[in-house]
Amino acid sequence: MKQRPIRWSVYVGLMPAILIVVFAYLGTMIWTVGISFTDSRMLPAARFAGVNQYIRLFATDRWLTSIQNMVIFGVLMIGISLVLGFLLAVAIDQRVRAEGVLRTVILYPYAMSFIVTGLVWQWILNPTLGIEKTVRGWGFESFRFDWIVGQDTAIYCVVLAGVWHAAGLVMAIMLAGLRGIDPDLWKASRIDGIKPWRFYLHIVIPVLRPSFISATVLLSLGVVKLYDLVLVLTGGGPGFSSDVPAKFVMDYLFQRQNIGLATAAATTLLVTVLCVLTPWLYTEYFRRQTPKG
Amino acid sequence: MTTHHTSEGPSGPAPRRIGPARIGIYAFLLISALFFLLPLYVMLVTSVKPMAEIREGGLFALPSAVTFEPWIRAWSSACTGLDCRGISPGFWISVKILIPSVIASILIGAITGYALSFWRARGANLLFAALLLGAFLPYQVFIYPLVRIYSATGLFSTIYALVLTHVIFGLPVMTLLFRNYYAGIPIDLFKAARVDGGKFFSIFFRLMLPMSIPMLVVAVILQVTGIWNDFIMGLTFGGLANRPMTVQLTNLVAPTEGEIAYNVNMAATIMTAAVPLIIYFISGRWFVRGIAAGAVKG
Repeated sequence: MKQRPIRWSVYVGLMPAILIVVFAYLGTMIWTVGISFTDSRMLPAARFAGVNQYIRLFATDRWLTSIQNMVIFGVLMIGISLVLGFLLAVAIDQRVRAEGVLRTVILYPYAMSFIVTGLVWQWILNPTLGIEKTVRGWGFESFRFDWIVGQDTAIYCVVLAGVWHAAGLVMAIMLAGLRGIDPDLWKASRIDGIKPWRFYLHIVIPVLRPSFISATVLLSLGVVKLYDLVLVLTGGGPGFSSDVPAKFVMDYLFQRQNIGLATAAATTLLVTVLCVLTPWLYTEYFRRQTPKG
Repeated sequence: MTTHHTSEGPSGPAPRRIGPARIGIYAFLLISALFFLLPLYVMLVTSVKPMAEIREGGLFALPSAVTFEPWIRAWSSACTGLDCRGISPGFWISVKILIPSVIASILIGAITGYALSFWRARGANLLFAALLLGAFLPYQVFIYPLVRIYSATGLFSTIYALVLTHVIFGLPVMTLLFRNYYAGIPIDLFKAARVDGGKFFSIFFRLMLPMSIPMLVVAVILQVTGIWNDFIMGLTFGGLANRPMTVQLTNLVAPTEGEIAYNVNMAATIMTAAVPLIIYFISGRWFVRGIAAGAVKG
């Protein structure tokens, strides 16, 4: 397209986005980072306090636990969802009966909110109500499944509910990927007599690389933001054993009224995400970009 | 054999006879299906049981006497905090938040995506990069200043605050969605419209928007489910006056004195999940497109 002067109406069209980026994203972000360098407690104070809040933050056990939980949740939830979702997609792709029903059943949890997901699993995992009680009712008096009330195990309940919510998404992405594979590849492998599992391991998985990346990105979006699910499933407990960073920030902002510490925690999250994200976004969207027009 | 809904049929190896591998595949799928269905089953079954039966039977037993009384109570008389009008006020608040949020966020996202893909505005790349980052950052980074801004402007705990918040945090994904969609539209079409004297907004409303109907469907699905399922925005900015259904649900099920009415709680939970579930069942394939296109690539 020949370069013409850009009309002001283009900027009118872009104005909401510009305002949102400048005020709602950048402005609030700078504000949050700014508070984290003050000694604000209940009310924001303007006194510069250097990195004191950060020193306190990393001396807080609850914060360290929440970081650890985020890593446990992220690695396990993403790992298990990818494996389970991939296996489900492969199984469904074997010309099974009732494929449509299976796909629907596996994906529907993804449509539900974390609040609903958390509540239902909290009931099912509750030892005096759900699985433990039921199995004991069948006569296995010594059966134990009380992860949700255990200090060391509660976070795995969050992983379980997270996998339940997300595995269907992976299945849908992988199934689309499998259906997009060149049919000649399958024929060739059959003629060559390659064992199916070797074919999947050495040919299908490498071909599905973009699907794996998409799924991983989608799932990791939820890891740093993990809040509602923990809130209703375990409440971060017992104690603070299943706490996560987002919940830490929310509690210190609105319940414990320690804004300085909360914003220091939020800033730490921000920096972490930026460090991971910037290289990926750059390669994904800007390196090989060909502008239109 | 199975019915094939589409041309893109299964690609796995053709089944030979019923062998151990085949049985294994079906066993795996069956167990998985049970795992995914279990919570829905528990919700449905418990919501139609009288409390006496829940006390003795446990969560998984089938109901022997079906009652819809818990549903009626959950809708119209269960207590969310001090308010004993059931979950229905939350439902209507969610609807009031949902409709303007969906329309505004899609419209602004579509215009932004259109401007970024066809018009070479200065700094467009920078804007796009900032929006992309916005999609990934945790809300906790923005939330406190937004509370202060809303309080200072009198927006706090109004529907407007929630609509604005959904527009703010929906913009990255909506922009990405439409930018990718418009990237697939031939540039010559746009050039022809410009030669015909089309201006920025007239080309958008008369050419691009009508052409975007498939993407609009995807965007609506994505935003309706996303906004309906929101909790953190409603909790933070809705105040006491405008708590959406998800927030009211957590108040309704919060343990109070006396026996927890699990049947009422589960009925309320189903009601809260119903809107996105209905969208999911009706839209089917579009839902999958939505979640796949919405996040990373078009």
